[in-house]
Amino acid sequence: MLDEGYVTADGRQIGGVMMDMRGITLRFGGVEAIKNISFDIREGEIRAIIGPNGAGKSSMLNVISGFYNPQEGEVWFHGKRRPPMKPFQVARQGIARTFQNIALFEGMTVLDNVMTGRLTQMKSGMLAQAIWKGKAEREETANREVVEKIIDFLEIQAIRKTPVGRLPYGLKKRVELARALAAEPKLLLLDEPMAGMNVEEKEDMSRFILDVNDEFGTTIALIEHDMGVVMDLSDRVVVMDYGRKIGDGTPDEVRNNQEVIDAYLGVAHD
Amino acid sequence: MSADFLYGIEVIINGLMAGVLYALVALGFVLIFKASGIFNYAQGVMALFAALTLVGVMEGQVPFSHVINAVFGTEIHHFGWEVPALLAIFVTLMVMVLFAWLVQQLVFRHLVGQEPIILFMATIGLAYFLEGVGDLMWGSEIKTLALGLPQGGSLVVEDWTAGLGGDDFYGFFIDKLDMVATLVAIVLVAGLIGFAQYTKQGRAMRAVADDHQAALSVGISLNFIWVLVWSLAGLVALVAGVMWGAKSGVQFSLSLIALKALPVLMLGGFTSIPGAIVGGLIIGVGEKLFEYMIGPMVGGATENWFAYVLALIFLVFRPQGLFGEKIIERV
Repeated sequence: MLDEGYVTADGRQIGGVMMDMRGITLRFGGVEAIKNISFDIREGEIRAIIGPNGAGKSSMLNVISGFYNPQEGEVWFHGKRRPPMKPFQVARQGIARTFQNIALFEGMTVLDNVMTGRLTQMKSGMLAQAIWKGKAEREETANREVVEKIIDFLEIQAIRKTPVGRLPYGLKKRVELARALAAEPKLLLLDEPMAGMNVEEKEDMSRFILDVNDEFGTTIALIEHDMGVVMDLSDRVVVMDYGRKIGDGTPDEVRNNQEVIDAYLGVAHD
Repeated sequence: MSADFLYGIEVIINGLMAGVLYALVALGFVLIFKASGIFNYAQGVMALFAALTLVGVMEGQVPFSHVINAVFGTEIHHFGWEVPALLAIFVTLMVMVLFAWLVQQLVFRHLVGQEPIILFMATIGLAYFLEGVGDLMWGSEIKTLALGLPQGGSLVVEDWTAGLGGDDFYGFFIDKLDMVATLVAIVLVAGLIGFAQYTKQGRAMRAVADDHQAALSVGISLNFIWVLVWSLAGLVALVAGVMWGAKSGVQFSLSLIALKALPVLMLGGFTSIPGAIVGGLIIGVGEKLFEYMIGPMVGGATENWFAYVLALIFLVFRPQGLFGEKIIERV
């Protein structure tokens, strides 16, 4: 695709293709979790992946973040084909993520957790770090500034020094988002950012997601169950069911797609 | 002050110094266990191997000379030079880093995600393998480690404290080597804590110890961190091997110091660095004091078993140790 993107309903300019998934097939033994799926994620957009339980959404996110390597298909990132990679290598390319079941460093404080998000941005060698002079010190200060800005942005100043293990669920989700943002990612992957939240927390989280996209220009791909939330948030939606792609387009297009309606209302599969 | 009381204090001081060394050995276990969940049975053998390598390098011994001579019919044993102690320590450290890298690449890399018992069995294999490699490289005779560390009781301390008691008291007997060992151990422990708290790699190390998935997602290479913790454990083993080796010669029994670390770990918890330190001190003081006070009544030699009994009592009442993470079953 060589086109230069599109303009959204609310007037935001969406750029060219950033992440291009081509013919992805993922198997676990004999089970096909993802069956020959292609879709793209464009610069600056909020892209949602939805579908019923077991549709393969999380598997798809794990393919993008390198936790799974697909048996077939190609992953293209910024116009280059990406070879099979380890998750930490993907992270260093500027792709940050959160997890469905929250993966935080429970023993560390909120501040330390968010600081780990800066690890990909730190360049000083081990020796410089150990001696703690000059470059390493300036780098630490600069990193702290970025982190404090993100902590302010997500309104978690009050719990900066609290060990994460003691926080309630909703705040943990927010800290995890903060850690992902600390990496200043080009692409942010959110695996069910609103799962298990009450209405108020969901509204907060939606606002943060929109603000992140708006303020930092971060491209976001997210998985969500709550249809209402997805339709409000996202620019384009991929719908998966039983490992297949059954719909792809703007929220309105997807909502009127007969196959999508069937999948959600539970028409018998043949 | 009565002489008995002063001797009691002397026993406690000696106990604390022994305890610091126990803590150091235990720390080697904790580092690896925290970051990878591997209980490294080979830690003691690593100390032996490090001490053997240090002696061999210092004396200019040709590694694997027996094998080389047997295969090529030559008669070489020494390079004919002697290496200064500091350089030899550096070379030995490099050997331990290489060992760490090999262990990760050849063994544990392929066992990621296996049951803890399988990882444990692998370290048992590693222990015997390393013991054999040590013998093959440097020969199996008992060696003396001549680093030039001070030996024997400190006369200064003895003279200085002799006036404290009455005529029955001749001053504290404190071994100079123990004093050096304590100092080195304190510096090393402080250095390790500083490294873990304030450096990029230290932060990454703590992250890996806490959650592997999350660590991967922020761009940390688990493989790199595991090589790093095995290298640090190698450093700890080297220091422990040097101190113990200087005391009682470099020989097989050196590897048994690992057994001293077990009760320390049970006391302090397998995952806690402060726990290893406090546990080491408690065991060190406890066993010396017990020997001093109760020993004569039961015929002595209580130091052989006291630590284990103490650890057993702890296991019954506080299985996670003093500082270990509490084990909570989720239902």
